[in-house]
Amino acid sequence: MAYREPAPERHAPIPEPPESLDRLIHARVRLGVVSALAVSDSLSFNDLKSLLKTTDGNLSVHARKLEEGGYIECRKSFEGRVPHTIYVLTEAGRNALERYLDHMEALIHSVRDH
Amino acid sequence: MKIARKLPNRPDAPEPLHTRAVHDLRFIRETMEAAAPITAVPGLGLVAMGLIALAAAALAQIQPTAERWLAIWFAAAMLAVGVFGVTLWFKARTSGVSLWQGSLRRFVLSLFTPMGAGALLTTAMLLARNIQPVPGMWLLLYGTGVVTGGAYSAIRIVPIMGICFLCLGSLALFSPTEWGNAMLALGFGGFHVLFGLVIARRYGG
Repeated sequence: MAYREPAPERHAPIPEPPESLDRLIHARVRLGVVSALAVSDSLSFNDLKSLLKTTDGNLSVHARKLEEGGYIECRKSFEGRVPHTIYVLTEAGRNALERYLDHMEALIHSVRDH
Repeated sequence: MKIARKLPNRPDAPEPLHTRAVHDLRFIRETMEAAAPITAVPGLGLVAMGLIALAAAALAQIQPTAERWLAIWFAAAMLAVGVFGVTLWFKARTSGVSLWQGSLRRFVLSLFTPMGAGALLTTAMLLARNIQPVPGMWLLLYGTGVVTGGAYSAIRIVPIMGICFLCLGSLALFSPTEWGNAMLALGFGGFHVLFGLVIARRYGG
């Protein structure tokens, strides 16, 4: 007997298509950065790196994308001769996180209600 | 005849969106909990505690008896705990963080449990008329609380402060009795002011 693809799992209709998700915040590291900054006035690059257990390169790439999207602000300074980078969540970033949370909750409710 | 064979799940099979939503919400909550307790520690509150300790050390130094010396430090500790509590509440409120959310609650409990033990041990030592190990014991127990409380967060500044207290407490235990007051001033005064300023600058308030 030939292998057949299993029938797709039946789920309740999703309220909005996945395309409506904020792709900028959907990636795990970027979501972590925005979530951590939502409960802090600011966090340093090293704080975020250890909090999210990621590498310098990975965090840099994701932080730059969030910065370009206007979701976070990067402030660079020097402590003696050591460069110090801190990140702050912008109003747009906070709103984006709230919208994302609402979207996720709506998805869960739509499945539970059916 | 072809043999029916179940293929392994593809590792890149897309996760249903609602499952991803559940995972995402859990991830957001855990990330916020890990980031919040340490940044919720009030830096300016720690500075105020440090200044109270420095004033207490100066006052305690001129007391004629061990009991009065102890009373000064006990009063300072009560005042400092009150200041810490008020500033912790105020900063948590302005940051929109609940004081009793998971890891912040664990942080506060981890801090206050050894402090309660310290109060009992101090009473026992006072009754036994041997308060020589008290400064070292206080510094060690406080450091233990700060390290274990701070261990719930990946942000390291608070556990580092705890380790400094542990080192100073270990030194104080084996130092001459007359150094005890200065050790307490350095720990509860100096460390609190120093780390409080760093926390206030980096994490706001």
